[in-house]
Amino acid sequence: MNLIELNQVSISHVQGSERNTVVHDVSLTVKAGECFGLVGPSGCGKSTLLWALAGLNPNWSGSINMLGQPLTAGKVFSGDLRRRVQMVFQDPYASLHPKHRLRRALSEPLKLLGYQDIDDRLSEGFKQVGLAENMIDRYPHQLSGGQRQRVAIIRALLLEPKLLLLDEPTSALDMSVQAEILNLLNDLKEKRDLTMVMVSHDPEVVDYMCDHAVTMKAGRIDTEKFYN
Amino acid sequence: MTNNSSLVRVKNLKIGLEDGTELVKGINFSMGHERVALVGESGSGKSLTARSLMGLLPGSLLVQANQFELLGETVLSYSQRQWNKLRGKQVAMVLQDPKYALNPTQNIGRQVAESLVLHQSLAKKIRIEKVEYMLDAVGLPNPAQLCKMYPHQLSGGMGQRVMLAMALINDPQFLIADEPTSALDHAVRDQVLELISSLVEERNMGLLLISHDLQQVADHCERVLVMYQGQLIDQLAASELSNASHPYTKTLWSCRPNIDKRGEALPILDRKQIASLTGGAVR
Ligand SMILES: Nc1ncnc2c1ncn2[C@@H]1O[C@H](COP(=O)(O)OP(=O)(O)OP(=O)(O)O)[C@@H](O)[C@H]1O
Ligand SMILES: Nc1ncnc2c1ncn2[C@@H]1O[C@H](COP(=O)(O)OP(=O)(O)OP(=O)(O)O)[C@@H](O)[C@H]1O
Ligand SMILES: [Mg+2]
Ligand SMILES: [Mg+2]
Repeated sequence: MNLIELNQVSISHVQGSERNTVVHDVSLTVKAGECFGLVGPSGCGKSTLLWALAGLNPNWSGSINMLGQPLTAGKVFSGDLRRRVQMVFQDPYASLHPKHRLRRALSEPLKLLGYQDIDDRLSEGFKQVGLAENMIDRYPHQLSGGQRQRVAIIRALLLEPKLLLLDEPTSALDMSVQAEILNLLNDLKEKRDLTMVMVSHDPEVVDYMCDHAVTMKAGRIDTEKFYN
Repeated sequence: MTNNSSLVRVKNLKIGLEDGTELVKGINFSMGHERVALVGESGSGKSLTARSLMGLLPGSLLVQANQFELLGETVLSYSQRQWNKLRGKQVAMVLQDPKYALNPTQNIGRQVAESLVLHQSLAKKIRIEKVEYMLDAVGLPNPAQLCKMYPHQLSGGMGQRVMLAMALINDPQFLIADEPTSALDHAVRDQVLELISSLVEERNMGLLLISHDLQQVADHCERVLVMYQGQLIDQLAASELSNASHPYTKTLWSCRPNIDKRGEALPILDRKQIASLTGGAVR
């Protein structure tokens, strides 16, 4: 089964009357359970593509099918899709409210979804990414860069997504903590059948993690590679 | 300033919270006009150490040291005003989170020019030229157009290079770069580091580079300081990284993922072993 199908998708940034199209005619498919890599030089449109897949940029054309559902351009995700697709942003501050303690920022979405044992889930999440539990009551700016990035990963995983969009998820981590996070993601891939789309500028991370990868160049797909 | 004069001299530097928690636990190091890397575990205190050297720690953190010199001056008790004179001119820093450090309401051209305006009196035309030259030097395409853009319109790697241009524009003597290339692909990363290295050479600067990328460190620095949980646990020549003897430094070097490790779990740190060592290995 394909979790993502893009056909001739172009994506723009729109501001006022200005439209800047930065992703052009991209077609690709991502299978369930696969780790799909997205690589390419800085500014080539990787984050732009990921934001559209997360339903966060309505300015696209072409056709997108996510988790078996066709998307309508201009409409934000609702219901099941919104929960099933989670994203780890390139900028870890993007998903954390600067004035809320982590406990609040992380538990609010869980409350909305009716989870019960929230505190236990938070503790478990912090443990999984190698963070001390007592950090839960800090504000985002009271963490180191790599700790913040790990909190952004916990936030996305807590919602038990089917599809995880990862934008440079280990760029702020040292090699040994990166190894722990990559092991965790591979574990979830195996045990929970997690599907991932991973943007990374590190070819070794892509080679190690991905089953299938594309290289983008100036907003277009340049090459495609399958690992086996 | 002469060639081998010291840029930084720090003895027993401690950074802590008001409740007594120590985040940086008494470290010693000094450096001159050379390229030094600061590496180590996420959360080990690299950014705090670097920020303390620029007078950029939040007020909620307390700094203590037996000696704390920057460019030969004792700066521990510097006022904000004294720091403002020094920072952005003789000493400059590229912060770890570029987007957070940029002002969302000002265009890029104005922000890059700002420290020129503060520290040098140049004609507007020369200022613009210098800004565009610097943006070009860090590998950003179309500097003139970029100057009109706002931070949210930049990709991650573009924001990082803008920060670097801002830090370099006043020809500092000492540059601290906190993960300046973590969002860049290898080609641009090498270009940016070549640029920094050549400036260090040409202008006889000092560089303190914080990086997770040990290969990059080995290629571009002379010396490496290794931190772990608030302590400086190892110091070595960059050329020695591949046969480091300290178990932590060794793990850092060897747990890189690669294509041959597909399907296997990556080796991870034996924290107990390191903990048993750090008691004695603190310098
Ligand atoms: N909100 C925006 N408004 C206008 N242009 C934008 C906006 N966001 C990004 N862009 C532009 O779109 C292009 C692609 O940016 P994108 O962030 O997708 O790149 P990227 O491949 O993720 O790069 P990096 O590896 O540096 O993060 C860039 O030229 C960028 O300037
Ligand atoms: N304002 C603060 N209040 C409380 N603790 C803090 C604050 N800032 C940082 N810390 C803690 O101090 C420790 C060192 O942080 P620092 O940012 O120096 O780490 P780092 O080595 O730069 O890590 P990274 O590689 O993840 O950026 C971390 O455990 C962090 O949680
Ligand atoms: Mg990006
Ligand atoms: Mg840091």
